[in-house]
Amino acid sequence: MAEMDTSSSGGKGKHGGTKSKKQSTRVDMTPMVDLGFLLITFFMLTTTMAKPKTMDLIMPKDTEKVEEQNKVKESTALTILLGKKNQVYYYEGLAQDPNASASPDFFKATTFANKDGIRDVIIKKRDEVARLRNAKGQPEDVVIMIKADDQAVYQNFVDILDEMAINRIQKYATVDITDQDKQWIASTETANGIK
Amino acid sequence: MPKIKMPRKSTAIDMTAMCDVAFLLLTFFMLATKFKPDEPVVVVTPSSINTSLLPDADVILITIDKDGRVFFSMDGQPKRKRLISDLNESYHLGLSDAEQTAFALGSSFGTEIKALKSVLNMKPDDRKGFEKGIPLDSANNELAVWIEYGRVAQGQDLRDLKYCIKADNQTPYPVIKKVLDTFKEKKIQKLNLVTNLEEAPAGSAAAIFRKEEKSK
Repeated sequence: MAEMDTSSSGGKGKHGGTKSKKQSTRVDMTPMVDLGFLLITFFMLTTTMAKPKTMDLIMPKDTEKVEEQNKVKESTALTILLGKKNQVYYYEGLAQDPNASASPDFFKATTFANKDGIRDVIIKKRDEVARLRNAKGQPEDVVIMIKADDQAVYQNFVDILDEMAINRIQKYATVDITDQDKQWIASTETANGIK
Repeated sequence: MPKIKMPRKSTAIDMTAMCDVAFLLLTFFMLATKFKPDEPVVVVTPSSINTSLLPDADVILITIDKDGRVFFSMDGQPKRKRLISDLNESYHLGLSDAEQTAFALGSSFGTEIKALKSVLNMKPDDRKGFEKGIPLDSANNELAVWIEYGRVAQGQDLRDLKYCIKADNQTPYPVIKKVLDTFKEKKIQKLNLVTNLEEAPAGSAAAIFRKEEKSK
């Protein structure tokens, strides 16, 4: 420790000469501790311990050539739409068949909830599509089309990309929203009372 | 009757041990610290299950706040210096050396290129309300200009350059789309979105996959 034992040291000179006064070697440590803690506080407040993480996003190249464009089969596709107030809408296929899309059950609404949310929809579709076989007899992959409405926020976009990572969906694409989709969203919103 | 004398005890406490602990912690924080970069706006990033780290060097960072204002920043003072002197030349901004140094030492900038001179002469507090974000309109897409000059300033190691987008939870999607389209036009396909870490939900495909990877 910083104190030294000074009690037994000399000073009993034989001749009784000049005695130097015993001085304590104790140092008051309190200000030093104060300083130490002050600096700790400073570094604790300015530090960033957890580094932010990043999500890789690889955008496809725009191509004009028809042979380079990927065709998506109606049966393997799932279209997800992001609306306002964290609402998610989805329908199966690409809505190219007017008869199927006329059905009232075609366009459905859900949320980002962990249970009974969009995740369950994705998993169900993924497993359904995995049972289908393509021309070579291999299992098909589900293709998810993501369309974000103008009212959607960035969080919804990241959340849905995250759902792709969570469910390990390999094929997905962000696509521009169509007027038809916007109409469906608007009518579902009024039906569900979302303002 | 003799009085019982209580032995007097000193109230001085030995502070040495406490001092040791304080300085140990201090050393730890000093070594582990990395200063929070000066941010022009507060951005709350969304969370995802991705675990890859944000790179330290060779980064172009596009910050978008919740009102959709876009800010540009790049690391490395020599690179920033080159960027601003290139911009100064081609846009005839008439920046002095001191203003160029202010840019090199600064952080993010989110203003029209024309207004850059006045922003560089402002105090940080005045800047906050003044900067309206980098214009993204198709007629005047200055973000594309910033990216282009950033790439030039990067010089030789263009392959190492990473493009990060840091946006707020509440940023409207159309702004994000415009930024993504800007990158697309520049033929930049690989982007990084800055997020916070979140655990993969139990039982999901990603959680099972990671478990298998770990046990290998």
